[in-house]
Amino acid sequence: MTDRMIPVTEDELHAYADGELPAERRDDVERWLAAHPDDAARLQAWRGIGEDLHARYDGVADEPIPARLSIDRLARPPRRWIAGAIAATLAAFLIGGGAGWIAHGASATPTAFAEFTGDALGAHRLYVVEVRHPVEVEGSERAHLQQWLSKRVGYDVKAPELDGTGLKLVGGRLLPGPQAPAAFLMYESASGERFTLFTSRAATGATQMRYASRNADGALFWADNGVGYVVSGPTDKDRLNQVARLVYDQTEKSGS
Amino acid sequence: MSAFRDEVEVMIPALRRYARALTREIDLADDLVQDTLVRALRSEKLFLGGDLRSWLYTILTNLNRNRRRAIARRPLFTPLTDNTADASGTEAEGRDIARALATLPDEQRAVLLLVMLEGLSYREVADVQSVPIGTVMSRLARARGHVKASLDGQRPALRAVK
Repeated sequence: MTDRMIPVTEDELHAYADGELPAERRDDVERWLAAHPDDAARLQAWRGIGEDLHARYDGVADEPIPARLSIDRLARPPRRWIAGAIAATLAAFLIGGGAGWIAHGASATPTAFAEFTGDALGAHRLYVVEVRHPVEVEGSERAHLQQWLSKRVGYDVKAPELDGTGLKLVGGRLLPGPQAPAAFLMYESASGERFTLFTSRAATGATQMRYASRNADGALFWADNGVGYVVSGPTDKDRLNQVARLVYDQTEKSGS
Repeated sequence: MSAFRDEVEVMIPALRRYARALTREIDLADDLVQDTLVRALRSEKLFLGGDLRSWLYTILTNLNRNRRRAIARRPLFTPLTDNTADASGTEAEGRDIARALATLPDEQRAVLLLVMLEGLSYREVADVQSVPIGTVMSRLARARGHVKASLDGQRPALRAVK
Protein backbone atom coordinates (compact mmCIF):
# COMPACT_ATOMS: atom_id res chain seq x y z
CA MET A 1 0.00 0.00 0.00
CA THR A 2 1.95 3.06 1.21
CA ASP A 3 5.26 1.79 -0.07
CA ARG A 4 3.95 1.85 -3.61
CA MET A 5 3.24 5.60 -3.36
CA ILE A 6 5.57 8.42 -4.23
CA PRO A 7 5.96 10.06 -0.80
CA VAL A 8 3.95 13.24 -0.36
CA THR A 9 6.13 16.17 0.63
CA GLU A 10 5.38 18.86 3.21
CA ASP A 11 5.00 21.41 0.41
CA GLU A 12 2.52 19.19 -1.37
CA LEU A 13 0.41 18.88 1.75
CA HIS A 14 0.19 22.65 2.03
CA ALA A 15 -0.50 23.01 -1.67
CA TYR A 16 -3.26 20.42 -1.36
CA ALA A 17 -4.79 22.29 1.56
CA ASP A 18 -4.76 25.53 -0.44
CA GLY A 19 -6.07 24.05 -3.68
CA GLU A 20 -2.74 24.70 -5.39
CA LEU A 21 -1.83 21.09 -6.09
CA PRO A 22 -1.99 19.92 -9.72
CA ALA A 23 -5.09 17.78 -10.27
CA GLU A 24 -3.14 14.64 -11.23
CA ARG A 25 -1.48 14.51 -7.83
CA ARG A 26 -4.56 15.04 -5.70
CA ASP A 27 -5.63 11.40 -5.62
CA ASP A 28 -2.15 10.41 -4.47
CA VAL A 29 -2.35 12.87 -1.59
CA GLU A 30 -5.77 11.66 -0.58
CA ARG A 31 -4.57 8.05 -0.46
CA TRP A 32 -1.50 9.19 1.47
CA LEU A 33 -3.67 10.96 4.03
CA ALA A 34 -5.81 7.87 4.47
CA ALA A 35 -2.66 5.94 5.32
CA HIS A 36 -1.03 8.66 7.45
CA PRO A 37 -3.34 9.84 10.22
CA ASP A 38 -0.74 12.25 11.61
CA ASP A 39 -0.64 14.21 8.38
CA ALA A 40 -4.41 14.03 8.11
CA ALA A 41 -4.68 15.51 11.58
CA ARG A 42 -2.29 18.30 10.71
CA LEU A 43 -4.27 19.10 7.60
CA GLN A 44 -7.37 19.20 9.73
CA ALA A 45 -5.66 21.59 12.14
CA TRP A 46 -4.70 23.91 9.26
CA ARG A 47 -8.29 23.94 8.08
CA GLY A 48 -9.25 24.87 11.63
CA ILE A 49 -6.90 27.86 11.44
CA GLY A 50 -8.61 29.02 8.28
CA GLU A 51 -12.03 28.65 9.90
CA ASP A 52 -10.83 30.58 12.96
CA LEU A 53 -9.51 33.38 10.79
CA HIS A 54 -12.75 33.72 8.88
CA ALA A 55 -14.85 33.47 12.03
CA ARG A 56 -12.79 36.16 13.61
CA TYR A 57 -12.24 38.65 10.77
CA ASP A 58 -14.92 38.23 8.12
CA GLY A 59 -17.18 40.41 10.22
CA VAL A 60 -14.81 43.33 9.59
CA ALA A 61 -15.65 43.22 5.90
CA ASP A 62 -19.33 43.51 6.74
CA GLU A 63 -18.94 46.56 8.95
CA PRO A 64 -20.11 49.85 7.46
CA ILE A 65 -17.16 51.62 5.88
CA PRO A 66 -16.07 54.63 7.96
CA ALA A 67 -16.51 58.01 6.31
CA ARG A 68 -12.80 58.68 6.25
CA LEU A 69 -12.38 55.73 3.89
CA SER A 70 -15.00 56.98 1.47
CA ILE A 71 -13.53 56.79 -1.99
CA ASP A 72 -15.19 60.03 -3.07
CA ARG A 73 -13.62 61.90 -0.23
CA LEU A 74 -10.19 60.39 -0.80
CA ALA A 75 -10.33 60.83 -4.57
CA ARG A 76 -10.40 64.60 -4.38
CA PRO A 77 -7.19 65.84 -5.97
CA PRO A 78 -4.65 66.24 -3.16
CA ARG A 79 -3.08 69.25 -4.85
CA ARG A 80 -6.23 71.23 -4.43
CA TRP A 81 -6.36 70.89 -0.69
CA ILE A 82 -2.63 71.48 -0.22
CA ALA A 83 -2.92 74.69 -2.20
CA GLY A 84 -6.04 75.45 -0.21
CA ALA A 85 -4.26 74.86 3.06
CA ILE A 86 -1.42 77.17 2.08
CA ALA A 87 -3.84 79.83 0.95
CA ALA A 88 -5.79 79.48 4.17
CA THR A 89 -2.64 79.78 6.28
CA LEU A 90 -1.58 82.89 4.43
CA ALA A 91 -5.04 84.34 4.56
CA ALA A 92 -5.17 83.81 8.31
CA PHE A 93 -1.76 85.37 8.61
CA LEU A 94 -2.62 88.36 6.51
CA ILE A 95 -6.22 88.90 7.51
CA GLY A 96 -5.08 88.61 11.12
CA GLY A 97 -3.28 91.87 10.61
CA GLY A 98 -6.06 93.33 8.56
CA ALA A 99 -3.88 93.89 5.51
CA GLY A 100 -2.91 92.24 2.27
CA TRP A 101 0.04 92.06 -0.03
CA ILE A 102 1.58 94.60 -2.19
CA ALA A 103 4.04 93.61 -4.85
CA HIS A 104 2.37 90.66 -6.47
CA GLY A 105 4.47 88.31 -8.52
CA ALA A 106 7.37 88.29 -6.14
CA SER A 107 9.35 85.10 -6.48
CA ALA A 108 9.83 84.13 -2.83
CA THR A 109 7.81 81.12 -1.80
CA PRO A 110 4.91 81.97 0.48
CA THR A 111 6.64 79.88 3.12
CA ALA A 112 9.88 81.86 3.17
CA PHE A 113 7.88 85.04 3.21
CA ALA A 114 5.65 83.80 6.01
CA GLU A 115 8.55 82.42 8.04
CA PHE A 116 10.66 85.54 7.79
CA THR A 117 7.91 88.03 8.47
CA GLY A 118 6.55 85.80 11.23
CA ASP A 119 9.90 85.57 13.00
CA ALA A 120 10.68 89.22 12.43
CA LEU A 121 7.34 90.51 13.64
CA GLY A 122 7.60 88.26 16.69
CA ALA A 123 11.01 89.65 17.57
CA HIS A 124 9.89 93.16 16.79
CA ARG A 125 6.91 92.96 19.10
CA LEU A 126 8.96 91.34 21.85
CA TYR A 127 11.81 93.85 21.91
CA VAL A 128 10.39 97.24 20.92
CA VAL A 129 8.55 97.45 24.22
CA GLU A 130 11.75 96.83 26.18
CA VAL A 131 12.89 99.98 27.88
CA ARG A 132 16.00 98.88 29.71
CA HIS A 133 17.29 95.96 27.61
CA PRO A 134 16.06 96.31 24.04
CA VAL A 135 19.42 95.18 22.63
CA GLU A 136 22.45 93.11 23.57
CA VAL A 137 25.06 95.41 22.07
CA GLU A 138 24.51 99.17 22.11
CA GLY A 139 24.55 101.32 18.99
CA SER A 140 27.50 103.21 20.43
CA GLU A 141 29.57 100.09 19.75
CA ARG A 142 28.57 99.98 16.09
CA ALA A 143 31.84 98.52 14.76
CA HIS A 144 31.90 95.75 17.33
CA LEU A 145 28.21 95.01 16.77
CA GLN A 146 28.66 94.65 13.02
CA GLN A 147 31.73 92.49 13.37
CA TRP A 148 30.10 90.17 15.89
CA LEU A 149 26.85 89.74 13.97
CA SER A 150 28.66 89.24 10.64
CA LYS A 151 30.66 86.43 12.16
CA ARG A 152 27.60 84.71 13.57
CA VAL A 153 25.21 85.02 10.63
CA GLY A 154 27.82 84.27 7.96
CA TYR A 155 27.50 87.35 5.74
CA ASP A 156 28.44 90.98 5.99
CA VAL A 157 26.13 92.85 8.35
CA LYS A 158 26.27 96.64 8.07
CA ALA A 159 23.89 98.63 10.23
CA PRO A 160 22.39 101.08 7.72
CA GLU A 161 22.46 104.85 8.38
CA LEU A 162 18.85 105.93 8.74
CA ASP A 163 19.48 109.46 9.96
CA GLY A 164 17.71 110.70 6.81
CA THR A 165 14.39 109.46 8.24
CA GLY A 166 15.15 110.62 11.75
CA LEU A 167 16.13 107.20 13.10
CA LYS A 168 19.14 106.41 15.23
CA LEU A 169 20.64 102.97 15.84
CA VAL A 170 19.76 101.67 19.31
CA GLY A 171 21.80 98.51 18.91
CA GLY A 172 21.34 94.89 17.98
CA ARG A 173 21.16 91.27 19.03
CA LEU A 174 21.52 87.78 17.65
CA LEU A 175 18.33 85.72 17.21
CA PRO A 176 17.30 82.38 15.78
CA GLY A 177 15.99 82.82 12.23
CA PRO A 178 13.93 80.59 9.93
CA GLN A 179 16.92 78.66 8.56
CA ALA A 180 19.98 80.23 10.20
CA PRO A 181 20.91 82.75 12.90
CA ALA A 182 19.46 86.19 12.38
CA ALA A 183 20.87 89.67 12.95
CA PHE A 184 18.37 91.98 14.61
CA LEU A 185 18.94 95.74 14.63
CA MET A 186 16.80 98.34 16.31
CA TYR A 187 16.35 101.99 15.44
CA GLU A 188 14.55 104.75 17.28
CA SER A 189 13.25 108.22 16.45
CA ALA A 190 13.33 111.23 18.74
CA SER A 191 9.66 110.61 19.53
CA GLY A 192 10.37 107.03 20.62
CA GLU A 193 9.02 105.37 17.45
CA ARG A 194 10.96 102.14 16.87
CA PHE A 195 11.83 100.22 13.73
CA THR A 196 13.70 96.94 13.50
CA LEU A 197 15.67 95.25 10.76
CA PHE A 198 15.75 91.47 10.81
CA THR A 199 18.10 89.70 8.41
CA SER A 200 19.04 86.07 7.97
CA ARG A 201 20.27 83.64 5.35
CA ALA A 202 17.45 82.73 2.96
CA ALA A 203 17.24 79.91 0.43
CA THR A 204 15.32 82.26 -1.81
CA GLY A 205 16.23 84.20 -4.92
CA ALA A 206 15.84 87.95 -5.20
CA THR A 207 12.28 89.07 -4.59
CA GLN A 208 10.24 92.20 -4.71
CA MET A 209 9.07 93.77 -1.49
CA ARG A 210 6.01 92.38 0.22
CA TYR A 211 3.99 93.83 2.99
CA ALA A 212 2.47 91.99 5.91
CA SER A 213 1.05 93.16 9.18
CA ARG A 214 0.06 91.70 12.48
CA ASN A 215 -1.77 93.55 15.22
CA ALA A 216 -0.29 97.05 15.34
CA ASP A 217 2.93 96.14 13.52
CA GLY A 218 3.72 96.22 9.82
CA ALA A 219 6.57 94.51 8.00
CA LEU A 220 8.21 94.71 4.61
CA PHE A 221 10.02 91.62 3.41
CA TRP A 222 12.39 91.13 0.54
CA ALA A 223 15.28 88.87 -0.28
CA ASP A 224 18.42 89.52 -2.23
CA ASN A 225 21.80 87.90 -2.62
CA GLY A 226 20.87 84.91 -0.42
CA VAL A 227 19.76 87.08 2.49
CA GLY A 228 16.22 87.80 3.61
CA TYR A 229 15.36 91.24 5.02
CA VAL A 230 12.40 92.31 7.07
CA VAL A 231 11.88 95.89 8.16
CA SER A 232 9.24 96.08 10.87
CA GLY A 233 7.61 99.12 12.38
CA PRO A 234 4.25 100.82 12.75
CA THR A 235 1.63 99.92 10.15
CA ASP A 236 2.02 103.22 8.31
CA LYS A 237 2.97 101.85 4.90
CA ASP A 238 4.47 105.04 3.53
CA ARG A 239 6.71 105.47 6.52
CA LEU A 240 7.70 101.80 6.45
CA ASN A 241 8.40 101.98 2.77
CA GLN A 242 10.58 105.05 3.24
CA VAL A 243 12.68 103.26 5.89
CA ALA A 244 12.88 100.05 3.88
CA ARG A 245 14.00 102.00 0.83
CA LEU A 246 16.90 103.51 2.78
CA VAL A 247 17.89 100.10 4.12
CA TYR A 248 17.65 98.56 0.68
CA ASP A 249 19.86 101.23 -0.86
CA GLN A 250 22.63 100.49 1.65
CA THR A 251 22.67 96.70 1.41
CA GLU A 252 24.77 94.62 -0.91
CA LYS A 253 22.91 93.77 -4.08
CA SER A 254 23.27 90.63 -6.13
CA GLY A 255 25.74 91.29 -8.91
CA SER A 256 27.27 94.28 -7.14
CA MET B 1 -16.79 57.77 -11.35
CA SER B 2 -14.06 55.89 -13.22
CA ALA B 3 -13.97 52.12 -13.54
CA PHE B 4 -10.65 52.16 -11.74
CA ARG B 5 -12.16 53.90 -8.78
CA ASP B 6 -15.08 51.47 -8.74
CA GLU B 7 -12.70 48.54 -8.67
CA VAL B 8 -10.73 50.06 -5.82
CA GLU B 9 -13.91 50.76 -3.90
CA VAL B 10 -15.20 47.19 -3.97
CA MET B 11 -11.91 46.11 -2.40
CA ILE B 12 -12.26 48.30 0.69
CA PRO B 13 -14.07 45.72 2.87
CA ALA B 14 -11.48 43.03 2.11
CA LEU B 15 -8.60 45.46 2.68
CA ARG B 16 -10.06 46.39 6.03
CA ARG B 17 -10.37 42.74 7.00
CA TYR B 18 -6.76 42.06 6.00
CA ALA B 19 -5.46 45.17 7.77
CA ARG B 20 -7.40 44.34 10.92
CA ALA B 21 -5.97 40.84 11.07
CA LEU B 22 -2.52 42.17 10.24
CA THR B 23 -2.44 44.81 12.98
CA ARG B 24 -5.23 43.66 15.31
CA GLU B 25 -6.00 47.32 16.05
CA ILE B 26 -9.01 49.04 14.57
CA ASP B 27 -7.67 52.57 14.13
CA LEU B 28 -4.27 51.49 12.99
CA ALA B 29 -5.84 49.12 10.47
CA ASP B 30 -8.07 51.81 9.01
CA ASP B 31 -5.11 54.20 8.88
CA LEU B 32 -3.32 51.64 6.75
CA VAL B 33 -6.34 51.19 4.50
CA GLN B 34 -6.70 54.93 4.13
CA ASP B 35 -3.04 55.36 3.20
CA THR B 36 -3.36 52.46 0.78
CA LEU B 37 -6.36 54.03 -0.93
CA VAL B 38 -4.77 57.45 -1.14
CA ARG B 39 -1.65 55.98 -2.67
CA ALA B 40 -3.61 53.84 -5.11
CA LEU B 41 -5.77 56.74 -6.26
CA ARG B 42 -2.74 58.93 -6.66
CA SER B 43 -0.98 56.24 -8.70
CA GLU B 44 -3.93 55.47 -10.95
CA LYS B 45 -1.96 56.50 -14.02
CA LEU B 46 0.99 54.34 -12.97
CA PHE B 47 -1.20 51.28 -12.75
CA LEU B 48 -0.88 49.60 -16.14
CA GLY B 49 -3.54 46.94 -15.96
CA GLY B 50 -2.62 43.73 -14.18
CA ASP B 51 -4.24 42.52 -11.02
CA LEU B 52 -5.65 45.46 -9.11
CA ARG B 53 -6.45 43.28 -6.12
CA SER B 54 -2.88 42.03 -5.68
CA TRP B 55 -1.60 45.52 -6.24
CA LEU B 56 -3.72 46.91 -3.39
CA TYR B 57 -2.63 44.12 -1.06
CA THR B 58 0.96 44.88 -2.04
CA ILE B 59 0.64 48.56 -1.16
CA LEU B 60 -0.95 47.76 2.18
CA THR B 61 1.62 45.09 3.03
CA ASN B 62 4.49 47.45 2.22
CA LEU B 63 2.99 50.32 4.18
CA ASN B 64 2.64 48.06 7.18
CA ARG B 65 6.22 46.88 6.86
CA ASN B 66 7.47 50.48 6.70
CA ARG B 67 5.40 51.31 9.71
CA ARG B 68 6.84 48.37 11.63
CA ARG B 69 10.36 49.45 10.72
CA ALA B 70 9.67 52.93 11.98
CA ILE B 71 8.29 51.50 15.21
CA ALA B 72 11.25 49.15 15.59
CA ARG B 73 13.51 52.16 15.94
CA ARG B 74 11.53 53.39 18.91
CA PRO B 75 11.04 51.71 22.25
CA LEU B 76 7.84 49.72 22.21
CA PHE B 77 5.15 50.37 24.78
CA THR B 78 2.41 48.25 23.28
CA PRO B 79 0.92 45.97 25.92
CA LEU B 80 1.45 42.32 25.17
CA THR B 81 -2.07 41.25 25.89
CA ASP B 82 -4.63 43.45 24.29
CA ASN B 83 -8.15 43.13 25.49
CA THR B 84 -9.49 46.38 24.10
CA ALA B 85 -8.44 46.20 20.47
CA ASP B 86 -11.46 44.59 19.00
CA ALA B 87 -15.00 44.14 20.11
CA SER B 88 -16.25 42.18 17.13
CA GLY B 89 -14.86 38.80 18.14
CA THR B 90 -16.70 37.81 21.24
CA GLU B 91 -15.95 34.16 21.63
CA ALA B 92 -12.71 32.76 23.03
CA GLU B 93 -12.04 31.26 19.64
CA GLY B 94 -11.44 34.68 18.12
CA ARG B 95 -9.16 35.91 20.84
CA ASP B 96 -7.01 32.84 20.54
CA ILE B 97 -6.40 33.19 16.84
CA ALA B 98 -5.58 36.88 17.32
CA ARG B 99 -3.08 35.99 20.02
CA ALA B 100 -1.58 33.30 17.84
CA LEU B 101 -1.21 35.80 14.99
CA ALA B 102 0.59 38.19 17.28
CA THR B 103 3.37 35.67 17.83
CA LEU B 104 4.21 35.46 14.12
CA PRO B 105 6.96 37.39 12.38
CA ASP B 106 5.52 39.99 9.99
CA GLU B 107 6.23 38.21 6.71
CA GLN B 108 4.76 34.97 7.97
CA ARG B 109 1.63 36.66 9.25
CA ALA B 110 1.15 38.41 5.92
CA VAL B 111 1.53 35.15 3.96
CA LEU B 112 -0.83 33.27 6.24
CA LEU B 113 -3.51 35.96 6.00
CA LEU B 114 -3.18 36.53 2.28
CA VAL B 115 -3.52 32.82 1.55
CA MET B 116 -5.98 31.69 4.19
CA LEU B 117 -8.11 34.78 4.79
CA GLU B 118 -7.91 36.68 1.53
CA GLY B 119 -7.64 33.66 -0.74
CA LEU B 120 -4.69 34.80 -2.83
CA SER B 121 -2.75 32.20 -4.80
CA TYR B 122 0.87 31.40 -3.97
CA ARG B 123 1.85 33.20 -7.17
CA GLU B 124 -0.02 36.35 -6.15
CA VAL B 125 1.48 36.33 -2.67
CA ALA B 126 4.94 35.89 -4.18
CA ASP B 127 4.29 39.05 -6.23
CA VAL B 128 2.95 40.93 -3.21
CA GLN B 129 6.07 40.15 -1.19
CA SER B 130 8.49 40.22 -4.14
CA VAL B 131 9.90 36.80 -3.25
CA PRO B 132 10.01 33.43 -5.03
CA ILE B 133 7.09 31.04 -4.60
CA GLY B 134 9.33 28.69 -2.62
CA THR B 135 9.81 31.40 -0.01
CA VAL B 136 6.06 31.92 0.21
CA MET B 137 5.55 28.21 0.79
CA SER B 138 8.18 27.96 3.50
CA ARG B 139 6.80 31.04 5.24
CA LEU B 140 3.31 29.59 5.06
CA ALA B 141 4.48 26.23 6.45
CA ARG B 142 6.26 27.93 9.35
CA ALA B 143 3.33 30.19 10.04
CA ARG B 144 0.92 27.27 10.18
CA GLY B 145 3.27 25.38 12.44
CA HIS B 146 3.53 28.33 14.82
CA VAL B 147 -0.17 29.04 14.92
CA LYS B 148 -1.05 25.39 15.42
CA ALA B 149 1.42 25.11 18.28
CA SER B 150 0.10 28.32 19.77
CA LEU B 151 -3.53 27.20 19.54
CA ASP B 152 -2.72 23.71 20.87
CA GLY B 153 -0.89 25.23 23.79
CA GLN B 154 -3.66 27.65 24.57
CA ARG B 155 -6.70 25.43 24.56
CA PRO B 156 -6.05 21.72 24.33
CA ALA B 157 -9.48 20.98 25.80
CA LEU B 158 -11.38 22.90 23.14
CA ARG B 159 -9.36 21.28 20.42
CA ALA B 160 -10.17 17.83 21.73
CA VAL B 161 -13.90 18.50 21.54
CA LYS B 162 -13.80 19.09 17.79
